[in-house]
Amino acid sequence: MEFKHNEAPYLAPRAQVSSIMQQVLLALIPAALAHIWFFGPGFIFNLLIAATFCAAGEAAMMKIRRRDVRTALSDYSALVTAALLAFALPSLTPWWVTATGALFGVVVAKHLYGGLGFNIFNPAMAGYVVILVAFPMHLNLWIAPRMGDIDYQYLTIIESLRYTLTGNLPELLNFDAVSRATPLDAMQSGLNNARTVDEVLTLPIMGDFGGRGWEWIANLIALGGIWLLIKKIIRWQIPVGVAIGLMFPATIMYMIEPGSNPGPGFHLFSGASMLCAFFIATDPVSAATSPKGRIIYGAGIGLLIYAIRTWGSYADGVAFSVLIMNMAVPAIDYMTQPHIVGHNEGSEPS
Amino acid sequence: MTAATYDLGTLHGGLRLSAHKSAATANPIYEVPVPGQLILPIAQHVGDPAQPIVGIGERVLKGQLIAESEGSLSAPIHASSSGKIVAIERWPISRRNGDPGPCIVLETDGEDRPIERWEEAPPYDTLAPDVLLQMILQGGIVGLGGAVFPTAQKLMQANTCELEYLILNGVECEPYISCDDVLMREHAAEVVGGAQILLHALGLDICYIAVESDKPEALHKLTDVLNEISDERIVLKQVPSIYPSGGEDQLVQLVTNREVPSGGLPTDIGCLVQNVATAAAIYDWIEKHEPLISRITTITGDGIPMAMNVRARVGTTVADVVNFAGGYTESAKQLIIGGPMTGRSVTTDRVPLVKATNCVLVMSETPSPGPEMPCIRCGDCAAVCPVQLLPQQLFWYACADDEKNMRSYGLTDCIECGCCDLVCPSHIPLTADFRKAKGRIREQADEKARAERARRRFEARNERLERDEQERKEELDQQKAAAKKGGAAAIAEILKRKKKQDED
Amino acid sequence: MTAISIAVLTLAAIALIAGLALSFASGRLPASDDNLVDQVNELLPQTQCAQCGYPGCRPYAKAIATEGAAINLCPPGGDDTVSRLAELLGREPMPLVEAAPVGRSVAVIDEALCIGCTHCRNACPVDAIVGAHQLMHTIISSECTGCELCIAPCPVDCISLRRVA
Repeated sequence: MEFKHNEAPYLAPRAQVSSIMQQVLLALIPAALAHIWFFGPGFIFNLLIAATFCAAGEAAMMKIRRRDVRTALSDYSALVTAALLAFALPSLTPWWVTATGALFGVVVAKHLYGGLGFNIFNPAMAGYVVILVAFPMHLNLWIAPRMGDIDYQYLTIIESLRYTLTGNLPELLNFDAVSRATPLDAMQSGLNNARTVDEVLTLPIMGDFGGRGWEWIANLIALGGIWLLIKKIIRWQIPVGVAIGLMFPATIMYMIEPGSNPGPGFHLFSGASMLCAFFIATDPVSAATSPKGRIIYGAGIGLLIYAIRTWGSYADGVAFSVLIMNMAVPAIDYMTQPHIVGHNEGSEPS
Repeated sequence: MTAATYDLGTLHGGLRLSAHKSAATANPIYEVPVPGQLILPIAQHVGDPAQPIVGIGERVLKGQLIAESEGSLSAPIHASSSGKIVAIERWPISRRNGDPGPCIVLETDGEDRPIERWEEAPPYDTLAPDVLLQMILQGGIVGLGGAVFPTAQKLMQANTCELEYLILNGVECEPYISCDDVLMREHAAEVVGGAQILLHALGLDICYIAVESDKPEALHKLTDVLNEISDERIVLKQVPSIYPSGGEDQLVQLVTNREVPSGGLPTDIGCLVQNVATAAAIYDWIEKHEPLISRITTITGDGIPMAMNVRARVGTTVADVVNFAGGYTESAKQLIIGGPMTGRSVTTDRVPLVKATNCVLVMSETPSPGPEMPCIRCGDCAAVCPVQLLPQQLFWYACADDEKNMRSYGLTDCIECGCCDLVCPSHIPLTADFRKAKGRIREQADEKARAERARRRFEARNERLERDEQERKEELDQQKAAAKKGGAAAIAEILKRKKKQDED
Repeated sequence: MTAISIAVLTLAAIALIAGLALSFASGRLPASDDNLVDQVNELLPQTQCAQCGYPGCRPYAKAIATEGAAINLCPPGGDDTVSRLAELLGREPMPLVEAAPVGRSVAVIDEALCIGCTHCRNACPVDAIVGAHQLMHTIISSECTGCELCIAPCPVDCISLRRVA
């Protein structure tokens, strides 16, 4: 009897890129639901717009590069970029802002560098930074989280949708009435105005250890991240690295001057630190690849986040930290090659 | 269970694979009857192929030497049964994936008459080690774990090093294969006997028999035999069932916590590893005068109705063995010699079983993983690599044909175990790519060596021409000086001589 | 305004210092010419065929290193050699002036036709032809680089090229 010749191994492979990406999206669902609860349906619109433009950008680029469009879209990586972008943006964001970020992230930061697997920079963060630089006003439009005691004007779904599509608020409302400072914003401006940390923490926007609403989202993101760790979709080095890099200087500064430096818990649960630790920095393509290198990479991001928050002019420094450390990845990888079994100190490989 | 598991080293990475062994090990070892025709390839081992010493039409007896070892690294081949040599010709062989290679074709006469035994040889422990090693060479014994390195030469090389441990490899970590397991269950005494012979040949006094912890019956049988003979030199050790802990370097690391140097051998760090089947074959040859003419092979996979282990004569074709095992099922789409991770798929079942054939795996089509995606640098491959390489980086450099970086990241240390292939979410055929890259590196090294030789010859030639030029100049000067001294008559003499030369 | 001028001046000063340091460093590399000739020679295939116009690989290497000869003149080296030379010397890689040969070939003498004239033996740049005057010649295949310099001088045309890889 005759047979065909194939190459070993002859067992079915176990993992798929698309299933990794799907798990990441699943892990984001609880946090997404919390986001919608606290900040309104704007998140869904942002997500839809970001997803549409990410997918369209990816399809167009694959067409131009004469590659198979279906394979690229079916690995869900564009969707993950869209989801992270949607989390990073305020729920009241006009569609053109989201679209710019999505298109830049996918087309420039991902495909112009060679597509999946070849991008140096995290596409979601690259898109966010472009928005930050081109539409700074819109990124200040964070609405207050839904908490019974905050005096607030909620927008209905239709009004949210209208804003997303046209950029116009309902009559009788202006931006000041609708937006509130985020906890990090409040902390930064409060400290700049010579208030102490404790005084700032009494603001109604502040919750128990992060910001109201924000800390819920951060907790659910952490839960999603831990689930990904258990499923071995991500490895512990990067989240632990980011946490240490962020909390270490925070703790030191807090111990030196508790009055003007918020503690490590505040930093960890505010802003996008949790999202960064578990979902943004862990993007495998742009992160370091050796185990030791990943710890250094994460710690670098954490340190930079702290530095930008404390001494920089931005309230949250996640995007820039990630992009800067992305640049350092080749050097980190080169310097942290693990010991190969059989290679001794000073002996030449054969 | 008295087998100890203490002071084991640790192996980085590796995978827990579903064993698929219980179907075959549920049955005893079946004896495949001698077929009508035996195909004996002359290259069943590492090194130079054996040289046939029989002619067409010659009648041979079972166990008779029919091809002798050729050169310093080789092993002899013996007739697996009695009969007549009908041809020495090319026949499909598993080593070439079904392409033909030179073989001796033996038509059996059904009588299976053995060659006469020599007079009783003196007991092995009275023989000097090199005499014993020469005897082992004559038995055609090669490594039966799959590497088929000629055992005698391996032991001779080991004797030139400082050894501490003999390790018998009963790990058998690859899925589907269970021939060593059933050998240890039914022939534990031969394994231990072989260990004792090896200890004598190497002048060692510690032997570890390493067995995976998912083989309780084998561990039990070996423990019984060891208790019976109470040889304190031989110790049983359990290792965890992680693939590929049965690889030679990996096993040394597990048992002794030492790393085999890159490009080196276990003997460099004082260890010698032999498969348990090799030890049993040595015992059979030295004590029972049976040369290596048969071996235990696992026949399994969903392409066979009932999985089993069989003892078959070397030279039995796969078709004959499958027939014995009940024929093919409908799922028989791939024929693999060896295991699912490191085996090779052959194109025809006319290939014979050789000394290296530890498993015949008949399988349905491996489900297609889908198109190859770009590497997303998830690092799962690095997490499972037993040699602690960075396959994602090696892949990057292999695509760039960057020889320098491939070497410095350890490509030549890759044992081609296939773990990285299985975990890669982008379905990149890493092991096949690394094999090609290794070939490319070797090619480039060859080219460089050739260029170096050419450069040296070129320079040597230039020196030679310069020397000739120099000598000619000196001669001319001498002649000129002599002519000046001699005056006009001498010049005329020289001219006359030159004219005569030109005329000749 | 002063803040801006301070910033501009500081940046300009840094740029000036960095530029000076870089030009100083680049002037220091590569080391002496001899070393560079050796390095270039290492990258050439050592076929000694003179297709580049120079009488051997080392003369070509010298020309590349000291006289700025073009780096794309060596067909046996192939495009690989051109790119490696380009990387070493910091020059632009260019396509080969003549296509690289496919595979590796060696010259073979048809012994039946050889008249023992020693023309080919003298032509071989690596002394791979063995033979004496009036006696049959043969080529040591393992040392032949396939440079083809022996083919033309043979008066009876008994040398041919055979592909081995």
